[in-house]
Amino acid sequence: MSGLTEINWMIGGPQGTGVDSSATLFLRTMAVAGYHVFGKREYHSNIKGKHSYFNVRASHQFVQSSRDPIDLLATFDKETATTHGHEIIPNGALIYDEKVVKPEDIEGLDASVTTFILPFDDILQEVAEETDSNPMKLVIMKNTIAVAASMALYGVELHHMEEALKGIFEGKKAKLVPLNMKAAEKAYAMIQTMDGFDKFTFKIDPVANVPEKGSRLLMNGATACGLGKIKAGCRMVTYYSITPAVDECIYLETQPHYGVNVVQCEDELAAMNMVNGAALTGMRASTATSGPGFCLMAEAIGWAGICEVPSVIFNYQRGGPSTGLPTRSEQADLMFAINVGHGEFPKIVIAPGDMEQCFEDSFECFNLAERYQTPVIVLPDKVLANNTQTIPHFNEEGLKIDRGFIFEPTVKDPYDDVEGAMATHKRFEVTEDGVSPRSLPGQPGGIHWLTGDEHTEIGHITEEPSIRMAQHEKRFRKLDKALQEIPQDRQYKLYGPEDADVTVVAWGCTKGPMLDAMPLLEKEHGIKANLLHIRLFSPFPAEGVLKILEKSKQTMSMEANFTSQLHRLIRMETGFTIGHRVVKYTGRPISQDEAIDAIRQVVEQNAEKVVLSYGH
Amino acid sequence: MATNLQAPPVAPLAEKLKPMKLKSDKHPDWCPGCGDFGITNAIQQAISNLQLPPWNVHFFTGVGCSGKTSHYVQCYGVHTLHGRSLAFSQGAKVANPKLNVIVAGGDGDGYGIGAGHFVHAGRRNVDMTYVVFDNEVYGLTKGQASPTLPEGDKPKSLAAPHVVQPINPFALALACGYTFIARSYAYDAKHLRATLAAAMEHKGMALVDVLQPCPTYNDLRTKSFFDEEVTVKGSPVPRVYYMEDEGYDGVVKDSTDATEVNDKRMAAFNKIYQQEERTGLGVYYKIDIPTYEDRVKRNLPILNEYSPIDLPYHDADMNPTTDLTAGKGSMVI
Repeated sequence: MSGLTEINWMIGGPQGTGVDSSATLFLRTMAVAGYHVFGKREYHSNIKGKHSYFNVRASHQFVQSSRDPIDLLATFDKETATTHGHEIIPNGALIYDEKVVKPEDIEGLDASVTTFILPFDDILQEVAEETDSNPMKLVIMKNTIAVAASMALYGVELHHMEEALKGIFEGKKAKLVPLNMKAAEKAYAMIQTMDGFDKFTFKIDPVANVPEKGSRLLMNGATACGLGKIKAGCRMVTYYSITPAVDECIYLETQPHYGVNVVQCEDELAAMNMVNGAALTGMRASTATSGPGFCLMAEAIGWAGICEVPSVIFNYQRGGPSTGLPTRSEQADLMFAINVGHGEFPKIVIAPGDMEQCFEDSFECFNLAERYQTPVIVLPDKVLANNTQTIPHFNEEGLKIDRGFIFEPTVKDPYDDVEGAMATHKRFEVTEDGVSPRSLPGQPGGIHWLTGDEHTEIGHITEEPSIRMAQHEKRFRKLDKALQEIPQDRQYKLYGPEDADVTVVAWGCTKGPMLDAMPLLEKEHGIKANLLHIRLFSPFPAEGVLKILEKSKQTMSMEANFTSQLHRLIRMETGFTIGHRVVKYTGRPISQDEAIDAIRQVVEQNAEKVVLSYGH
Repeated sequence: MATNLQAPPVAPLAEKLKPMKLKSDKHPDWCPGCGDFGITNAIQQAISNLQLPPWNVHFFTGVGCSGKTSHYVQCYGVHTLHGRSLAFSQGAKVANPKLNVIVAGGDGDGYGIGAGHFVHAGRRNVDMTYVVFDNEVYGLTKGQASPTLPEGDKPKSLAAPHVVQPINPFALALACGYTFIARSYAYDAKHLRATLAAAMEHKGMALVDVLQPCPTYNDLRTKSFFDEEVTVKGSPVPRVYYMEDEGYDGVVKDSTDATEVNDKRMAAFNKIYQQEERTGLGVYYKIDIPTYEDRVKRNLPILNEYSPIDLPYHDADMNPTTDLTAGKGSMVI
């Protein structure tokens, strides 16, 4: 055991040529071998041809962020080599195809990097001849070749790949396993005979205690959200096709046995209003969208607010404004989500920070929506949706369904007591905590009206000032109740030592790089940092957040947006101005290395503002 | 009188569910003489005649004068957003197909701001009835031209003659896949009531476009305009007539007979675009094909066992009961 405990691999190529497949294979192989993996997927808004890449970090430790320098880049196209060649660390390696790129074309390639020319076509030709296959149909196996050669360089035993392939090719496709293995074996053997093989020293040690088979998940956030919704009893999800939200819908459509009706709508106006209609009936319904679609939903969310409908909206944030960076990530919809819709109404806005929270929030959001009878907006982002990670199984212990205050009919037989069955119900009764008994269509004795106008307790239109005040106040009281009742660690949580040198305030997926960075900051740079990760934005837990910030020696915010939205929100809600801010608005996620670098700039150089920009 | 509209069944609860019972305590605030009164009465009568339990009726309306209709009927009434009533109602019906879903709104609401939903509601064929109050103007905002106002017309609310062509809602509905397409008239209570009842009984997406005079802003299509006689082939006849009385039959008898379906569709188009001084009432087209609720069962067979709203997901102690093993599938490592 003298090797490394962590590696950082990248594969890239034109979209549609199997970059995803090879990364999936590598992720799965390393996961099967017992490593913790984190995969970062970057792609263009394009079907075929444009450059995409996948970054896979494998470690002995649980990791939840990407790292910047890569030790091995595998590619079979020129663009990947020229775009990412400079990212290879000294003494790293590049696997490439001589037919498409020459090392001298690669700007910034460190002289110490070993280059391996892999004859992809020759290997495929051999496999084709031996198996009597059409070589043209085997082209996709270039990915397997690249992965196998990488495994040899890293010193990972090849049999792990066979097990991974079995998990990928099931049923009718099982015959592809031996075919792929044949190509893999050739590549694995061939690269070991090449010059420079021994020079590549980034060998990773095998995992001593491989986690028990079946004990973990290899999953992305879109799927984790889908599973949370299924567990919560959400059986209707509406959407209009949009990246990256559509990934959740695609997943749900593959699970028809749960009975989730994934309704493709004509636009996001329909998607949101269908959710309103469905939620009125008592169905747990939600819509999945991203920035531009979320904009179109604003009016309908306001209706859900004034009519106290438990509608759930998932806005998978992507780079904005407008079409913006459609396949990239950003945390720039926070202020919009809090203020979405004209006028004022209570809304609950939450954002998960990792896979586990994706599941948890996707489950809990329906409880919140029904308990407080108001729309709930969940803000994951493209990073969470598309990154693939090994995680423990979700904690399903202690989960409870909370339907909130639902009207109980007293009429036993409506046909016998038609008068009672047709009685009017005070759906918007002014109550102490603001929550009123919610009757559902079909319930005898529950008839009421709903209107986007201000309304009376039974739901008829009114412009009477005193009723307006009573209803407006009642609706907002629900937010006070929510803030009192939502467990504190679902509102915000302080990670790391209380007596840190610096407190980093972040939200969403910035949690991952921060948690990975904190131990290294202390160990390698002597900086003790902690993380104040906020999950609840409306209602805002001002008191608790302020208490932590006031005790902090130094404060900084770290967000993937231009205007430091959480930083501003905290100032607005607490009056506290966070001392330093870190932003990134390239649409690429903040990496562990960037988190370390930014914190060092703040603590060591007192930088007021740090703009991060790493990544292609 | 229309012959292919089924007479409402006599229901055992007729005594208990008279139309009067379907009036809410809220009094309509429409202008005197407004066609909306007649349509509202007809909706209440149709519900009563069909004996739909009001507590099971989910009645959606758009925004505008007609949008307030839901407040005047004693059932679960939902006054939605401008143009969005079909989106709300489809969401509700798809979630709970056991509800009786009725939708109403103006021509601007349905064919203007809500045109996108109008189109796709036809494609889905969710089982509901959509009543459009067609008066050619946006009454609540002082009579601007709606999508059905003919080019060149100048109701008194307009400063100059209208320069945009009107939409043809029936042709549009036919093109979009509506499975029941009919026209009625707000002041022909009997025909309207029967048409609405037939639409409600139809299993699928039914459109009833109702000619609805706006006495305040549209001085062209008034009650007296519809009452007057016109000359056809040299002789005076009533302007409003029943298409069935003249032998028109838009009902497809066998939806599996491609020839009949095609013939009926073409006949409907011809009828819809027939140039005449008169105004035909009745059913342009009707076909019985599977609804969205039925079709979705092909992909979600579990809905043969449970209505979507009844899919079980928790036990009596509110513990979630859905097993995620299958959903995790090969993602378990």
